[in-house]
Amino acid sequence: MTDLYQSQRAMRQMRRQAMQRGVVAILDIGSSKIACLILRFDGTGRLSEDNSIGSLAGQSGFRVIGAATTRSRGVQFGEIIAMQETERAVRTAVQAAQKMAGVRVDHVIASFSGANPRSYGLDAQIELEGQEVSETEIARVLAACEVPEYGPGREVLHAQPVNFALDNRSGLEDPRGQLGQSLAVDMHMLTVDAATVQNVVRCIQRCDLELAGIASSAYASAYAALVEDEQELGAACIDMGGGSTSISVFMKKHMIYADAVRMGGDHITSDISMGLGIPTANAERIKTFCGGVHATGADDRDMIDIGGDTGDWEHDRRTVSRAELIGIMRPRVEEILEEVRCRLDAAGFEYLPSQQIVLTGGSSQILGLDGLASRVLGQQVRLGRPLRVHGLPQSATGPGFSSAVGLSLFAANPQDEWWDFEMPVDRYPARSLSRAVRWFRDNW
Amino acid sequence: MRALKSSGRVKENRADPAPSRLRYRIQRWMLTPGIRFGLKFGVPLCLLTAGGLAFLADEARRDMVISTAQSIRMSIEQRPEFMVNVLAIDGVGSSVAQDVREVVPIDFPISSFDLDLAQIREEIEGLDPVKSADVRIRPGGVLQIDVKERSPALIWRSHEGLALLDETGAHVAELGQRAMHPDLPLIAGEAADLVAEEALQLVAAARPLGDRMRGLVRIGERRWDVVLDRGQRIMLPVKDPVPALERVIVVSEVQDLLERDVAAVDMRLGQRPTVRMTKNAVESWWRIRELNGGGL
Repeated sequence: MTDLYQSQRAMRQMRRQAMQRGVVAILDIGSSKIACLILRFDGTGRLSEDNSIGSLAGQSGFRVIGAATTRSRGVQFGEIIAMQETERAVRTAVQAAQKMAGVRVDHVIASFSGANPRSYGLDAQIELEGQEVSETEIARVLAACEVPEYGPGREVLHAQPVNFALDNRSGLEDPRGQLGQSLAVDMHMLTVDAATVQNVVRCIQRCDLELAGIASSAYASAYAALVEDEQELGAACIDMGGGSTSISVFMKKHMIYADAVRMGGDHITSDISMGLGIPTANAERIKTFCGGVHATGADDRDMIDIGGDTGDWEHDRRTVSRAELIGIMRPRVEEILEEVRCRLDAAGFEYLPSQQIVLTGGSSQILGLDGLASRVLGQQVRLGRPLRVHGLPQSATGPGFSSAVGLSLFAANPQDEWWDFEMPVDRYPARSLSRAVRWFRDNW
Repeated sequence: MRALKSSGRVKENRADPAPSRLRYRIQRWMLTPGIRFGLKFGVPLCLLTAGGLAFLADEARRDMVISTAQSIRMSIEQRPEFMVNVLAIDGVGSSVAQDVREVVPIDFPISSFDLDLAQIREEIEGLDPVKSADVRIRPGGVLQIDVKERSPALIWRSHEGLALLDETGAHVAELGQRAMHPDLPLIAGEAADLVAEEALQLVAAARPLGDRMRGLVRIGERRWDVVLDRGQRIMLPVKDPVPALERVIVVSEVQDLLERDVAAVDMRLGQRPTVRMTKNAVESWWRIRELNGGGL
């Protein structure tokens, strides 16, 4: 636990440095595309003290000066499986974005979608030493949380205090300075596979970049796609990406649950490819241009050239009706949505006061998806696009970029995490004295 | 693993947009501000410097460069627009003008680049009769020197002879004889020229004495004596000589002090002015006392 605490703090330090330098890159490593945004911070427009959103939704502090997208390679289900290929793709994206921005970036905040995220709810209660809640008390109550056994080979990606309760008053955003007897905290912890995170870190290091932060794309895309009242009242953001569909549930402006379904748009494409016997590129093209999930009578007469490059004239001139295409796509989309429904049910989403569901991500652009989704997921479904930020090119405003945009919002206004509070002294391991001695010896 | 094993690059890979690691690093390098600045300015500067040094490494080329530069400079300096042909001196008489011409020995025509006007002016102002000089080059190639002469205000008689001084005590000219300037007051004594201003104040204060005054004598380089005809002297104090002289003049006007047979009026002690009588006067005073009171 201490290890992670240290490494996350080191990343925080790096982010602070990047903020001081004023330029930071955002890298969204997805299964179908890698997006890189370069942000320039002007140092103004922080969130105000009472945590309310100011003018321009608190994003006046930064500006996108470079943006680039490239086809992702070597990534499946949001996880890196071929390091070389992914590294090349990252280099392509970063180089193009740097060229557009005209500056060199050294710090990167990355997000990825896969790696089997798992949510844990933690809570703890302590008796206050003094009357007033101070920062050390908060650190103490956070440290008192009993960390569940999340298994070997997993790592904590987010650990955010979601709710504070002082005596019998619950729902406090910030209990500092208030008086009371006992302080309780609810914390949301997200763990992912350690190997995946290490691969991402390694891949970014191989591109001569330094990692200044890492986030789950479920969290990031919800940050961009959910509007403020949805975040406050409770909503689920479903980011339908290429290789995986990530789910995050927000309540009172905090993420309280995140999960991912290892299915996405690539599976629809491969279904089409298999069903019609055509190359993947063709399948992707006809999915994008002609795809849909609701067949009408006219679709039977709407014939699509599906092509092929075998050289056989008959084979390459095949056509299918649009209804057939929809017949292939719809079961897969339904399957994904059913799986999402299962995950939401398992999370107890129906007990939330508001049942809003927001669909975003590249695959949410399938025609008629909102109608199908409202049938599977419930009535309150809408399609979400990312918030508008300064300087974002038109080509990067689609729903496929919500995690990149959300990550830049996250970079500008990071949420308090567990490691932002000083660890109480008694929690340091016993060999800290010898470590101090070693530090002295190393440095002098 | 087929792609790894195959020796040549497959044709598809040529369309790969990914930069090689080297190209990626080079691009990042070029985006680093310091390196970009160095390439933009440092490299051309180094090349220029190196080229210049290589060119100048040969002695003959160096001489050629210097001689070319000099000939260009000469050809500009020798243009008729910059030549000075005539010397004009205004504001002084012919004798001083002659002196000025002597201290400015210039062979005309000369380029105005070769004239050091400040030095010429300094030399002219070094002349005794010159108070100030104004040297400039007038359009048309004329070196115009406007000189202001010193006007003599005092005659100073010293061991070397008679000299004319202006109001600041500066030497103007030697004087052959006193009669050439009968209107100027005469002073004498060591270092009297250093306090010419005070002398002039005294002369002005002594104007009521008229032509009885012969001159002023500096005594011991610290105080003044006013010398009148008939050998009379007014000895003035070191401090505030002018009020003391005015006092004597006032007393003299009321009591006819200086008309009497007085050898000297001693004002050196302000509280106790003293009058020294001549020998004849003393004797006649004794005789009168004897006649009047029998010794009392």
